[in-house]
Amino acid sequence: MDVSIVQSVWTLVVLVLFVGIVIWAWSGKRKQEFDEAANIPFDEDDKPTATTSKENSHG
Amino acid sequence: MADQQTYNYKVVRQFSIMTLVWAIVGMTVGVLIAAQLAWPALNFDIPWLTFGRLRPLHTNAVIFGFGGSALFATSYYVVQRTCHVRLLSDTLAAATFWGWQLIIVLAALTLPLGLTQSKEYAELIWPIDVLITVVWVIYALVFFGTIMKRRVRHIYVANWFFGAYIITVAILHIFNSAAVPTSFLHSYSAYAGVQDAMVQWWYGHNAVGFFLTAGFLGMMYYFVPKQANRPVYSYRLSVVHFWALIFTYIWAGPHHLHYTALPDWTQSLGMIMSLILLAPSWGGMINGIMTLSGAWEKLRTDPVLRLLIVSISFYGMSTFEGPMMAIKTVNALSHYTDWTIGHVHSGALGWVALVSMGSMYYLIPRLFNRELYSLKLVEAHFWTATIGIVLYISSMWVAGIMQGLMWRATNGDGTLTYSFVESVQAMHPYYIVRFMGGVFFLLGSIVMAWNIWKTIAGAKPATATIPAPAAAH
Repeated sequence: MDVSIVQSVWTLVVLVLFVGIVIWAWSGKRKQEFDEAANIPFDEDDKPTATTSKENSHG
Repeated sequence: MADQQTYNYKVVRQFSIMTLVWAIVGMTVGVLIAAQLAWPALNFDIPWLTFGRLRPLHTNAVIFGFGGSALFATSYYVVQRTCHVRLLSDTLAAATFWGWQLIIVLAALTLPLGLTQSKEYAELIWPIDVLITVVWVIYALVFFGTIMKRRVRHIYVANWFFGAYIITVAILHIFNSAAVPTSFLHSYSAYAGVQDAMVQWWYGHNAVGFFLTAGFLGMMYYFVPKQANRPVYSYRLSVVHFWALIFTYIWAGPHHLHYTALPDWTQSLGMIMSLILLAPSWGGMINGIMTLSGAWEKLRTDPVLRLLIVSISFYGMSTFEGPMMAIKTVNALSHYTDWTIGHVHSGALGWVALVSMGSMYYLIPRLFNRELYSLKLVEAHFWTATIGIVLYISSMWVAGIMQGLMWRATNGDGTLTYSFVESVQAMHPYYIVRFMGGVFFLLGSIVMAWNIWKTIAGAKPATATIPAPAAAH
């Protein structure tokens, strides 16, 4: 097969893939899953004050 | 094993400290060569100190020494923290630390000696390239191995960016560094002519896109939410941001080769893809800055957060400037001028350096279980650095546009209005301003190093326990 046909098809595949990702990301079903994912960094406390009683100096 | 109940902070600490060391070294060399451009006698007629040899030393020290160490430190920290597991292997992680430092030291030895492959941002000779490949494969093993044994189901978005940067840099490095050795210290590129140029700028632009952007976006997606103490503005936007960036960045390289022997259609494609790139870049910028939505007052009281947010603003600014400069007609004026140097530094100082330093201000106190020594000094750092960046980029804008206009000016009979040396002479005052900008930025970094030194002096290394597996995930 002509290489330019392969390239054209590939461009379309990638475009469709990307549009698919956008639709997937914005579908309502993902909402709760994404909310949980966004909170992963807050699963544990890691303030550098573990040995002192001072609090709230790092916001 | 008791070891498996704590995070590996040791390797993160090592890379964090070296981040500061290489920052000072690399920026000092940068200030020296900026001074040489204003006062050429400063190379003292010593070959090792000439601009041509020190310039790659400057770029390698700041990109791979400073930026690279910051990326290793933050990626190792974030992947452990968001996967709730210790790194795959302490030995392999230690190997990446010592291997990477060896590479930077070898760069600092070979480049002043004039040993180079002559490819921008890929100057190092082939034996060092082999070493980079080995260290990078180990890095990938440690990072992805840690992700594979994670105890949190979802892979947090920061890890996607770190992962993309590790994979892409591996591919870029292997293809661009392919060479035929003629001796232990010399080799010829595997490619010839315009193909060689295209491979080089496919590498070069994606070194910017993946080494200097994707990895640092990983930092943004972890450290900005943590410092602001609120989740990222939109997680779904972060997913789309990731894929859009991955799909488009890789095609933008040809804009470095406008009006060269590269086929016209390839140049135009590079220009179009560079313009499209504005969308994902700004999507990411908005996502980072809007994380503060509803909590803007934190910017007044928290200088670390301010450093991070200003870095994202510079990211937005330079990712707007970049696509504009990729437009062929604009590029006809800007290419080969100091405007390019100004653009690179608005990205490198404004975005990459500030987001790394903001992340280090967050990270290092936690690695040593100490409060930051002084927020006043962070404030001082913020202002000196910002003034330095503004001096740097505005002087280079003026210098670059003036150069471009002088080079293209013609008299009525078609002869050139200015000789080249007249344009060099016209640069003198702007080179002095640029030098001052560099001095300010370096001073800010020294203030930071002092602040961090006072923070960790005498402190015991912190250990952090991994939380028990949570049922929720």
